Formats: sequence, C-alpha cells, structure tokens
Amino acid sequence: MALLRRGGLGWVFMLPFVLMFVVFYLGPLLAGLGMSFTDMRSTDVADPLAVDPVGVENYIRLAGDEAMRKAALNTAIFVVTGLPLTIGLGLAAAVALNSGIARLPAAFFRLGYYLPHITSIIGVAVAWKFLLEPEAGLVNRLLGLAGLPGAAWLQDQATALPSIIVMTAWRSFGFDMVVFLAALQGIPRELYEAAEVDGAGRWKRFRSVTLPQLRPVILFCTVYSSTGFLQFLEEPLIMTGGGPLNSTLSASLAIFKQFGVGNYGYAGAAATVLFTVIIALAVLQLRIGRAR
Amino acid sequence: MRRTRRQNLITYLGLSVGLLLVVGPFLWAGLSSLKPEAEIRRDPPTFWPETFTLDNYSELLQRVHLGQAFANSVFVALVIVAGNLLFSSMVGYGFAKMRFRGRNAVFGLVLVQMAVPAIVLMIPQFVLIAKLGMVNTFLGIILPGLITPLGVFMMRQFIAELPDELIHAARVDGAGEFRIFFRIVLPLCKPAMATLGLITFLGSWNNFLWPAVVAQSEDVYTLPVALNILNSHEGTHYNLLIAGAMIVVAPILVLFVFLQRFFIQGIATSGLK
Repeated sequence: MALLRRGGLGWVFMLPFVLMFVVFYLGPLLAGLGMSFTDMRSTDVADPLAVDPVGVENYIRLAGDEAMRKAALNTAIFVVTGLPLTIGLGLAAAVALNSGIARLPAAFFRLGYYLPHITSIIGVAVAWKFLLEPEAGLVNRLLGLAGLPGAAWLQDQATALPSIIVMTAWRSFGFDMVVFLAALQGIPRELYEAAEVDGAGRWKRFRSVTLPQLRPVILFCTVYSSTGFLQFLEEPLIMTGGGPLNSTLSASLAIFKQFGVGNYGYAGAAATVLFTVIIALAVLQLRIGRAR
Repeated sequence: MRRTRRQNLITYLGLSVGLLLVVGPFLWAGLSSLKPEAEIRRDPPTFWPETFTLDNYSELLQRVHLGQAFANSVFVALVIVAGNLLFSSMVGYGFAKMRFRGRNAVFGLVLVQMAVPAIVLMIPQFVLIAKLGMVNTFLGIILPGLITPLGVFMMRQFIAELPDELIHAARVDGAGEFRIFFRIVLPLCKPAMATLGLITFLGSWNNFLWPAVVAQSEDVYTLPVALNILNSHEGTHYNLLIAGAMIVVAPILVLFVFLQRFFIQGIATSGLK
C-alpha cells in the first residue's frame, strides 16, 4: 500500500490541470456551442450576453453555403488521398529501414526522413511555395531541363490541391515511419523464419506476417493522422490563401476566415460541425479497426 | 533473414533517392536564401550560390523586425516549457502515486482535452482572452498553453514506473507530499522532463494559429506569425520569404540534429502507450 489514501491532497496536485481545463477548455467549448446558436459578431465581444439567439439558423445557412460545401469537399479529398499516401510512404520507409541494412546508415536515413515533421509548417509552406513557383521554382526548372512542360502548380485549380496534398504527405510520413519502425522491431523473428520454411517469398512474408502484425499501429496512425488532416489550415493559408476559386479552401481555413471577418456565431456553427465529424470518424475507425 | 548484396544495393538506392526528395527542399531554400535576388530568378538556375550574400537576411531584419519576433518566440517558448515541466509533473504525480475519489474521472478529462481541435476552441478562447484584457499580450499567448494534456499524460506514465517503495519510505519518515514531490520525484524525472521540454519547446516554436489570433502588433508577434504577415505583404519577394522561412526552421533543425534521441523517445512514449 504505497498509494496515499487521503482525498484532499490529491486534488491539490490536480489543481493546475483542473483549473486550466475548466477555464480554457470546458468553458470555451460550451460557450462555443452556445455561440453557434446566436448571431454573435466580433462587435459583441464587449457584451457577449446581449446577442440574440437565432436557433439553428447558422447551421441551415451552413448547409446552403457554396464556399463551405466546397471546403468540406476539399477536406474530404485531402483526407481520402493524403492519408493512404502518408501511411504508405511511412510504411515503405520503415520496411526498407528494417530490412537488415546497417545500423548507422539506418539511423541517418531515419533522421533525415523525420526532419520535415518537426519543422514549422509556416516555414515549410513558404519553402514549397518557392519550389513550386512557375518561373523561378525548382520543380518547373527541373522539368524544363528534362524537356517536359511545367505548370502553374498553385495557381491552377486542377493542380493546387494535389500539390498541397503531396507536400503534406512529404511532411508527415516521417512520423508514421518512426511508429512503424518501433512496431516492426517488435515482430518476433520466428514468424518470419516459419514463413520462410513454408516457402513464402518476400512479398508473401510481407502480406501474411508483417501487415497483420502491424494492424494495431496502422489503426493508430490512421486515427491520429486523419484527426490532424481534417484540420489542415496553414498549408493553404500560406500557399494559396484558399484559392484559386476556393479550390484549396479547407474546412478549418473557411472557419478561420469567417472568424477574420467577425462572424463568430456562424464560424462557431461550422467549428461544431467539424468537431462532430472528427469525433464521429475517429470512433468509426476504432470500431471498424477493432471489429475485424 | 538472408539478403543478397543486390537487394541491399537497391534498398540503399531507394532510400537515398527518398532522402534527396525529403532534404532537397530545405537545401534548395537554404542555398537560395544566400543568393542575390537576381540570381534566384536567373535561368538556368545555379545550385551553389555564385555570389554569397547575407543581404536578404539584413533587409529582412530591417523591414519586418524579425529579430524582435525571434526574441518573442524564444521568450514564449521558454515560459511555456517551464510551465509544462512544473505543472505536468505535479499533476502526473497526483495521477500516478496518489489515490483519491474522482481520479479516474479527471484522467478521462485529460484524454478528452487531447481530442478537441484547436479551431473549435479558437473563437471562444479569444473572446475569453478579450474579456480578460489580454489581447495582444504575451500572457494571452502563453496562458492556455501552460499545461498540456500530452505533458500530463507523459509524466504520469513516467512517474508510475518509479518504485512505490521510495515514496512509501519517505511517507513513513514523515515527509509531506510536496516535499516528496520536489525532493524525491522531480529529480528522478529528469530524463522524461528533457523529452517533454523538447517536445513542448518545439510545439510552442511552431505554433501558429493561437499566436496569430492573439498577437496583433509587431512587438508581440512570434516568428510564424511574422512570417505569415511577411508572406501576405511580400508574397512575391522570394529572397525575403525564404530567408524568413530559414530563420524559423533552422533553429529546430540544429536542435534536432543534436538532440534527436530525445525526439525519438518522445514519440515512443507519447505516441504508442
């Protein structure tokens, strides 16, 4: 019995968290939900209780808002294509690093691949904007050297969102790689040896030993990344401002812009919908992932 | 597993191409930031700068007070790190080694808080900060980040592994809980605190959304906020923009190269448990 049984003192140690949680998280969360049913604007901050309730009007307006619908669609495309790309790259890198190459080079590659994940997204977005610049950008110049036509990557509706998706996968896969590497090192060697004795080739071993063993971590990466991807904002903000013609407007960026023009109630409604979708998807993924 | 030399060669080749693609953008932006603007726009491009210059950096410092923003970022990050180290280990100790009614319920709240997206909290938190008169102040930027659920979670995991006997013996000797916490537990937490400190510093250094909402003038801008302003005002002056990006990114790259084992430990403890 080493644990303390007295009740009060435990709560004293909880105080920093509980205070912070109530004041800066629970309070604002409930206030935000309440706000979404009002016509609150930035001019109402001086007296937030004087706003008028408007019922579900903000939510109805949301459903008919062309830009918001576009933002929802872009966010869905971003997640559905970006997620498998990121996890695929992370898995490929982890498997390659775990395939028996020497320790030192493996550590070196791991370091390099992880680098983009920890750098400022604003800094990275600026660097990529420069890479993709139509005239001075490296990408078009390399294409030109190879005799291929370049593109106005971020200025063209067809290529702007895909460019941002590729950049995000580039930036994020290192995290998945580190998680996968840790899991790969935990797979018992006997499983591979048994499979090899049974005559399984490299691909067969990957499919029938590695993948099933990695299931829990793949689930973790999927839930973790999709939660983050559903909120992408800085990338389009810096690189395109959401354009051209809203083709890179994300849900979070649309909310941020509504906040910027002072529509607090409306932005709150959009944020509430986004939050609900994020939670629902996470729960759904965990259900499906565990059921099988 | 038996591996042929050819297989190894293919693996190394693939990994090297990948590394070039990953590190390339940093290298290119870094080298370009040292070229005069005319050379950046020249066709065909130069890889290695023909003329090395720091003009982009000095022009940047004059025009947008990036030096001030750099100092602000350091200050904000250090205060947030200090807050997180102290408060997270305190709360983590409570969770790990004390027993009281409601403990599990409170721990549930820690997990709940981790799941709430920043954009959802942004507006009501801003209204709160405005009511408290903290808009455009460091306090407003720092306050909501002083204790993070991730930190609490990490420290709880770490402290739970410390032997109960140690704490029990101190209690038998009549030491109070605060004395035990400061004299026995905290000194043992150094490895976990190194990792947490680094992760928190990184999070604060890179954080954009909240500082962008709270900071409204140059004297409180953090680096990412200043870079965003630069981007919207000088969106086509790439010589300035990439120099700015390098000022944001370079310190983290340096930290990472020297302290990478703490980063990797951080993912192992926070991501997988």
